[in-house]
Amino acid sequence: MAESAVSARALTKRYGQFEAVKGIDFEVRANECFGFLGPNGAGKTTTMKMIACSSPPSDGTLSVLGLRAWADGRQIKGRLGVVPQENNLDEEVSVFQNLVIYARYFDIAHRVAGPRAEELLAFVALEDKRDWRIYGLSGGMKRRLLIARALMNEPELLVLDEPTTGLDPQARHLVWEKLRSLKRQGVVLLLTTHYMEEASQLCDRVVIMHEGRILVEGSPREVIASHTSPQVIEVFEPPGDAEAGLAELESAASRAERLADRWLFYTNDGDALLSRVRSLPLDPSSVWLRGGTLEDVFLALTGRGLLE
Amino acid sequence: MARTATAVHPTAQRGLLRDVFRVPDVRLSAAWHLWQRDAAIYRRTYKLNILPNFFEPFLYLLAMGLGLGAYLSKIQGTRYIDFIAPGLVATASMYGASFEVTFNCFVKMQFGKIYDAVMSTPLTIEDIGLGEMLWSTTRSLIYGCVFLAIASTFGVVHSWLAIFAPLAVGLTGIMFSVIGLSFTAVIPLIDYFTYYWTMFITPMFLFSGIFFPLDKLPHAVRVVAWFVPLHQSVDLMRALILDGDAGAALASALWILVFTAALFVLPMNLLRRRLVK
Repeated sequence: MAESAVSARALTKRYGQFEAVKGIDFEVRANECFGFLGPNGAGKTTTMKMIACSSPPSDGTLSVLGLRAWADGRQIKGRLGVVPQENNLDEEVSVFQNLVIYARYFDIAHRVAGPRAEELLAFVALEDKRDWRIYGLSGGMKRRLLIARALMNEPELLVLDEPTTGLDPQARHLVWEKLRSLKRQGVVLLLTTHYMEEASQLCDRVVIMHEGRILVEGSPREVIASHTSPQVIEVFEPPGDAEAGLAELESAASRAERLADRWLFYTNDGDALLSRVRSLPLDPSSVWLRGGTLEDVFLALTGRGLLE
Repeated sequence: MARTATAVHPTAQRGLLRDVFRVPDVRLSAAWHLWQRDAAIYRRTYKLNILPNFFEPFLYLLAMGLGLGAYLSKIQGTRYIDFIAPGLVATASMYGASFEVTFNCFVKMQFGKIYDAVMSTPLTIEDIGLGEMLWSTTRSLIYGCVFLAIASTFGVVHSWLAIFAPLAVGLTGIMFSVIGLSFTAVIPLIDYFTYYWTMFITPMFLFSGIFFPLDKLPHAVRVVAWFVPLHQSVDLMRALILDGDAGAALASALWILVFTAALFVLPMNLLRRRLVK
């Protein structure tokens, strides 16, 4: 296998006049989990579609598992697993049959597909739902089934578009656990998400995309270290008489933000600044110190306004 | 790995016509897998579906053939039921294929997002299009042959050429698969099928010479009728089942073959234009 699982150079996607992806470069290495972060409309899903060979690139080069994306589409798709954002299971047949029918598209013999389907149902903890119809499944079960389905061809690269959107915390943690276990088995994971916690939990490296471009790239830790301060002090709903004092502290922080309901102070020395904040007439429970997160980077880079 | 801008623009420089009639990226073995998917799902419901299949032709033959036929003198020298039965076989085949490639395919594509799922496997959208046409042709064979079997118990088969009728049913099925799937590939909303059925299928059903012969109508009408797909199917069926006229059967079969072959790649390319962006 090639050294990088996916490699893009000046990758561009145009829809008529609109440029959805504007000449991006990135590498996904073998045996890593790589995350595309970004607000809706950033070009993440478009990029994933080009990687999964369901959309042809307009320009640039894109190689997937050492093959040319789109031109070698059939071969690439044979070695890829795709977990879509929307449920697109066959509603009319059972959980088990969904897997077996899907396996056929990959020319997998029935005697291989049956046992593999049973195995994967156990892997995603759906073995007792084997004979259920799809409409009886919860959102989390459907997502786990979609993951099992994407694994039927034993893919080298698993592409997941917002794998846990809309799931409850239990289901989300179960999905994360399964994805980590796949990674240990050597499957390259490629996912889009706008849950920064998900990216921190799963991804070895991330890129943050915005308006068709990649703004930053690196491990979650690196990205946080290089694009936001290590600590953040939040002050919720400060009373009017504290405003002037808070505004004065702005210069003491490396960056400060005044939002509708709170102040945010980004700082390298949280304790020092915290004691100064505490000297103001504030309810102590409205002030707290936390570490910098990917979400801070994300919001700093892509803005707080609604983007669509 | 080198890739130029022109190589990746599938449609930019091409005319629309060249694009919709281009050679599709299709493999029969891949299309067959989609046929198997459709068949697996049909198998779950066929017992429910096949019964109306038996009833419908029975009711038509009973009401029109025997009921109305009782008031009619012989038509072109045969019983009325003998006259209409071949055309109803053609109609059953048309309906069988048309339901499948219109409503069923649209629901799969638009609401179930099934094609998106299948396109993330080694199948191309063109494979999916061909697979759907193969499956809808299979449905038309089931409809048409069941109808023919029931009709034959009314003694409407008068020629040994009727052994070729299943072939004619299949030809009719694939022709209406091509037409219907092309329509499905371009409409934005499911409501547009009302137009397909009330302005295309139903008028054809009424004016293709199933219930009355067209040879007494003005010349201009007969010229128009020659271009109507179902009319050719009806002529083909009548030549095989009633008249035993091999020459007439061949002429109609050839018409259907040429028409179907000319448009064969259209639905696959239209689906590609719709779903591959």
